[in-house]
Amino acid sequence: MPNSPEISISRRGVLAGSAASAVIAATTAGAAQRAAPATLAPLPAPAPQPMPVSLTVNGKVQRLSLDPRTTLLDALREHLHLTGTKKGCDHGQCGACTVMVEGVRINSCLSLAVMHEGDTITTIEGLGTPDKLHPMQAAFVKHDGYQCGYCTPGQICSAVAVLDEIKRGVPSHVSVSLTDHPQATNIEMRERMSGNICRCGAYSNIAEAMAEIAGENA
Amino acid sequence: MKFDTPAGTNPIDRMKVVGKPLDRIDGPAKTTGMAPYAYEHHREAPNAAYGYIVGAAIAKGRISSMNVADAKAAPGVLAVVTASEAGKLGKGKYNTAKLLGGPEIDHYHQAIAVVVAETFEQARAAAGLVRVSYARATGRFDLEEALKTAPLASGSQDTPPKPDRVGDFEQAFAAAPVKLDARYTTPDHSHAMMEPFASIAAWEGDRLNVWTSNQMIDWGRTDLATTLGMPKEKIRFMSPYVGGGFGGKLFLRTDAVMAALGAKAAGRPVKVAMSRPFLMNNTTHRPATRQRIRIGANRDGKITAIAHESGSGDLPNGRPETAVTQTRLLYAGANRLTSLRLAVLDLPEGNSMRAPGEAPGMMALEVAMDEMAETLGLDPVEFRIRNDTQVDPAKPERRFSQRNLVRCLREGADRFGWTRRNAQPAQVSDGRWLVGMGVAAAFRNHVSLPSGARVRLGQDGIVTVETDMTDIGTGSYTIIAQTAAEMMGLPIERVVVKLGDSSFPVSSGSGGQFGAGSSTSGVYAACVKLRDAVAQRLGYSSADAVFDGGKVRSGNRSTDLAEAARAGELVVEDTMEWGDLDKTYQQSTFGAHFVEVGVDRFTGMIRIRRMLAVAEAGRILNPKSARSQMIGAMTMGVGGALMEELAVDKRFGFFVNHDLAGYEVPVHADIPHQEVIFLEEVDPTVSPMKAKGIGELGLCGVGAAVANAVYNATGVRVRDYPVTLDKHLDRLPAVA
Repeated sequence: MPNSPEISISRRGVLAGSAASAVIAATTAGAAQRAAPATLAPLPAPAPQPMPVSLTVNGKVQRLSLDPRTTLLDALREHLHLTGTKKGCDHGQCGACTVMVEGVRINSCLSLAVMHEGDTITTIEGLGTPDKLHPMQAAFVKHDGYQCGYCTPGQICSAVAVLDEIKRGVPSHVSVSLTDHPQATNIEMRERMSGNICRCGAYSNIAEAMAEIAGENA
Repeated sequence: MKFDTPAGTNPIDRMKVVGKPLDRIDGPAKTTGMAPYAYEHHREAPNAAYGYIVGAAIAKGRISSMNVADAKAAPGVLAVVTASEAGKLGKGKYNTAKLLGGPEIDHYHQAIAVVVAETFEQARAAAGLVRVSYARATGRFDLEEALKTAPLASGSQDTPPKPDRVGDFEQAFAAAPVKLDARYTTPDHSHAMMEPFASIAAWEGDRLNVWTSNQMIDWGRTDLATTLGMPKEKIRFMSPYVGGGFGGKLFLRTDAVMAALGAKAAGRPVKVAMSRPFLMNNTTHRPATRQRIRIGANRDGKITAIAHESGSGDLPNGRPETAVTQTRLLYAGANRLTSLRLAVLDLPEGNSMRAPGEAPGMMALEVAMDEMAETLGLDPVEFRIRNDTQVDPAKPERRFSQRNLVRCLREGADRFGWTRRNAQPAQVSDGRWLVGMGVAAAFRNHVSLPSGARVRLGQDGIVTVETDMTDIGTGSYTIIAQTAAEMMGLPIERVVVKLGDSSFPVSSGSGGQFGAGSSTSGVYAACVKLRDAVAQRLGYSSADAVFDGGKVRSGNRSTDLAEAARAGELVVEDTMEWGDLDKTYQQSTFGAHFVEVGVDRFTGMIRIRRMLAVAEAGRILNPKSARSQMIGAMTMGVGGALMEELAVDKRFGFFVNHDLAGYEVPVHADIPHQEVIFLEEVDPTVSPMKAKGIGELGLCGVGAAVANAVYNATGVRVRDYPVTLDKHLDRLPAVA
């Protein structure tokens, strides 16, 4: 199959179409395999129609009309200009885009904005401001839990959410028991934070910042 | 100002602000998401359209045809620019491959088009409609194979490509009673900084504003002007915040070029970010190496002969990975040989990544030293101490300006509990874990580059520093503020620092661990001028004016500093230039890495248990941010030791694992608490700041310390990085 020119050409069309609509892409692939038309141009994807969506972001109701392909991440960054939430990979591999939806952290790059109708979203801008830092933000500054700063908003949103997960008794891969209440130990926090990559390597300092806040909350 | 004699006492020596572990001044902005990175200038470039780059799907050959009609007709598309639309483009001085390919293709994922549309989603979808036919040519993708016929190379343009020799290595090695001859390999590495390459370009007539993510503002601006064929004075190039670089952002990359071309074609500002799966093959990487090390020693552990040969590959007219540099200077020994070979490969461009040369070179050399120590029956700390040198081994009249490697090793061994290490490998266990300790020296040369700054004293008494220096996470904002505060006798709160803008004086930029020492020296020079201007305004003699506590004193007179600017802002500018003290003295930084690992006796899985580094790098300007540089480098070293490897597809010529899921870097769970100790010292031969860089020192040797610890735990020596469990699993000690 990789050697078949017909398929490889039509696959381009499939890939292009798949961004717009999985249903159309599947139809295109089926048609291509049946007819194997080497010269057939890909079916033009219909222009996606904007969809309305209403989000509550950092306490403020935001009504948007969005291309349905828009991720929650791009809705925040490009449409609401809340650029504190970062795009590091756009594939759920780095954690820089971490925000809290209804109090639970998610990778906002892996979620379409229109899936969040009516949701309450907290971003880094909603935690604190330079003049009034959230305790976790202040702990990151104190312990130098960042360097270039690009993964930092995601780290902080994750850190806040992780301590809440532990408080709520949500177990992790390293929890000794699934039923006992997990504790905010170094290894427990490091395990839960492992979806947030910091290439500058501030991990040791982030762990100290989190330990300070976990201790205060304990 | 020119620095050509060792520094005497100066205002920095007061250490009221410099040398203090202050929180970074950019911390509140970074932790609240308020620091604007390259793609985030909505206010400065409103209504920007979105560019999406199309990359070549072959590694070498030609584009035979390109159909962009469907892309152009797709919803929202404003423009599609390919090499034929772009016309003739230049190639930047620091670029090996062209930044817009076609019809010739030089490497996989070389940019061949940019599609500009109203929205990101439209641009991405339309980019998928560009159809390209290629005539694929045979490429060279196998380093092992290509090195068989590769010529010798030189690490710098000033020296001819030949082996570097001292004494007679071959004879001394043949005569040595104890010998090691071993080969090591390091794979291609990706910088994998968290912020993808991104730029916004906005034309104002024939002037171009570019917000980008770049470590070296003046290099980037100059190369963009060369590429676009326009005067550099017409380009304003800005990187106030850089989301990590590690050498990957030393150079102009295609995001800036595509944004500029796209903006011209679309007639409005255009923003372009590289997608993560695209950037690893499109941009540069640290080249793989094949290294051979031979060491000959007497039975008392004195090295008599040492040879280090390394081969790497790059595109035509590329550069070798200078993995043998440290071996010329790190240990004593009368007979020495180092050489480099460079093969031509058609893989993506190889170039600098954090501690180029030393990072992979030390990964090999410091394992070789561990192996040699074991053969000699010597403790590896002691073996290194016995071969310390206080002079350049090739030029004994040339001393190191400072060299306390022995103290780093001794203090580290003491702190780490090194005496508890069992010299016999595979003897210590802790439950299911085999436990081992490893050590390695750290070494990296100090470099200074010319660096300029402008300082202003405002009527409000605030001192503002402007320089095109960048802060790539290194702490430049803070140490520059500390420098200006110390020089002008102010608390750090009274200093404002503006960085990363080509409208400011040209600085050293960030790279090669030259940034901290060079850029603060440039600020020092400008502040000396400002002090003179202040003294003159106040009618003081600048020779005896004391700047302290927001006041200027001379004899029994004292005036508020702000008073000097009452009649109008004072603005001065200067550049620090460098004499030849670096020729008189060998200026280097040193350290020692200690690592303890656990290896699961059943699965072979390796976990880091403890890490300690002791470092000496002259004056430490801010122990808090300096420590972060060290632990960050130690973390990257763990990556290089245990997991990082770009997998080469030798058939089609590209890096297969080109995203952050496939290219593994350390995560929180991999890194325990890390300890760092700085030796207290100053080096007056390097600059008035008496400070050297540490950003790369921390990476040099740490990978070997990890590998040596794994060996101590298992008794299985792995010489091919990364040390992954599959490479030792079948040879681990038998389980009961």
